[in-house]
Amino acid sequence: MLERNRGLAISQYAFALALAVGILGPFVWMIVTSLSLQRDLTAVPPVISLAGLSLERYLRILTSRSTSDIAYAFRVAMGNSLFVAIAVTISALVFGSLAAYAFARLKFKGRGPLLLFILFTYMAPPVIFVVPLYLILSGLGMLNSKLTLVLLYSSFVIPFIIWVMRGFFASISRSYEDAAAMDGCTRLQALLHVFLPMARPGLVATGILAFLMAWDEFFMALIFTSNLAAKTIPVAIAEFNGKFSIDYGMISAGGVLASLPPVIIAIVFQKYIVMGMTSGGVKE
Amino acid sequence: MSIRNSEGRFALAVSAPALAIILAVVLLPLATTFAYSFMNVELISAANGSFVGLANYAEVLGSRAFWAALGRTAYFTAASASLETILGLFIALLLNEEFFGVKFLRSIVIIPWAIPTIVNGSLWKWIYNGEYGIMNAIFLKLGLISEYRSWLSDPFAAMNLVVVADAWKMTPLAAIFFLAALQSVNKATYEAATVDGAGPYRRFFSLTLPYLTPTLLVVLVMRTVEKFKAFDVFYMITRGGPANGTKVLMYETYQRAFTNLQYSQASTYAYLFVIIIASLTAFYIKALRKSEEFNA
Repeated sequence: MLERNRGLAISQYAFALALAVGILGPFVWMIVTSLSLQRDLTAVPPVISLAGLSLERYLRILTSRSTSDIAYAFRVAMGNSLFVAIAVTISALVFGSLAAYAFARLKFKGRGPLLLFILFTYMAPPVIFVVPLYLILSGLGMLNSKLTLVLLYSSFVIPFIIWVMRGFFASISRSYEDAAAMDGCTRLQALLHVFLPMARPGLVATGILAFLMAWDEFFMALIFTSNLAAKTIPVAIAEFNGKFSIDYGMISAGGVLASLPPVIIAIVFQKYIVMGMTSGGVKE
Repeated sequence: MSIRNSEGRFALAVSAPALAIILAVVLLPLATTFAYSFMNVELISAANGSFVGLANYAEVLGSRAFWAALGRTAYFTAASASLETILGLFIALLLNEEFFGVKFLRSIVIIPWAIPTIVNGSLWKWIYNGEYGIMNAIFLKLGLISEYRSWLSDPFAAMNLVVVADAWKMTPLAAIFFLAALQSVNKATYEAATVDGAGPYRRFFSLTLPYLTPTLLVVLVMRTVEKFKAFDVFYMITRGGPANGTKVLMYETYQRAFTNLQYSQASTYAYLFVIIIASLTAFYIKALRKSEEFNA
């Protein structure tokens, strides 16, 4: 019995170690690549020397003024990504949670089918509607615009927020609103002053996930942006990775920068993220 | 009656902005796509915009390209969804134990999931690189290969390497779901089972696994839908190549629309996609209902 438990403990540690290496290894390799000299990276086998590590690429990204420089494009694209993700998070959170309230609390015609359609739009890939959308938006001169991306991203972030927040709202007891109504609150006042403050953890959780979804989006940004006016960081990284002479270190530096906001958010707000994800999936 | 009416009006008022955005960005283009799939809209063709009935569907469903892409998508979906679910389950079981360092592991397990999909693709493309990739260096050092190889030049290998890259990013999600379910398990039941002489394996198969079944179902269906839509990782690592070996449905549709400018063909692909996603969504809801019954 003891022997067996010891075997289990050893295999447990072996698995834990393999897991730690498996999780951190590729990520650390990206960081090391971003700091290494190009000649060390293109040596066979690659040379990893502490003396050769430098922050030069990051400084270039921060300071480059040449519009033809990858580093410059990365900086502008990071700014675009930040703008779009923050704007999407705020607008989708406001519009999405209002609609979620209606779906959770109010009776109206077509609620069931409409909710199913919203779940469908959340699950459906954008490829099923981008072709006409592309023709319409290019006709209206709305390509290459950050605000267009905000609008487009809202179309899948809002359904997500409705779907998840509906679950949160449904779990809040009706007695609070009844009490608010007795005290003479209108529906809107009860919603704004009683209901939404109680749902704050849910709003934080879905807000974080909304930001991450917008930050990660690639397909629509690829189709609807072609210059630095609105190009997001995933598009910039994909584009420079497709070229022939690749500066792997620079691509990795861009990758590290693009990963920093979501990775920091994920580690700091892990509890909220898990709550948002599991309640979206499991509670109906 | 008047209360009912005011409720409906208030519902409409608060959900109007959300519904307007969904209507404009999704519903109207979706309807147009439907129309396109029965028409001949091709920028490269002279007969532009005429009604062709079911000809597009007949052509797509009769083409090798569609079935090949569907087959690749199905392979990718099955391989990565099952890999992630099984690996995620084992990771969750490990993280649910108490041992030195487990808190650290629990906090870092989410990192791969947080990395943007495109960055993940770019990272693994660099790892797989045939000339300078670290995978070649490691395999050479371990004696698994005698010289550097260009791993992504074989269609089947390329597909499996995309599965690995995708699994690295997405397995944490499955693990997190399972861990959340495990942590809500009633500990007393386990203690009782242990007192009654049930060993760790017995406890796993008789208690843990049945308890996790509903979560397993939800994770599996959810992952399946996500996998079916995979595009970014293919765009980044293989661009559908080599020899179309990784050209999944999403990629095929994207190419038809934005490289070949065959809008009607692309719309037809899109609608076949709609049918698949709608049925998977129906499955998802069934799975949710089932998990509710289990938990209730």
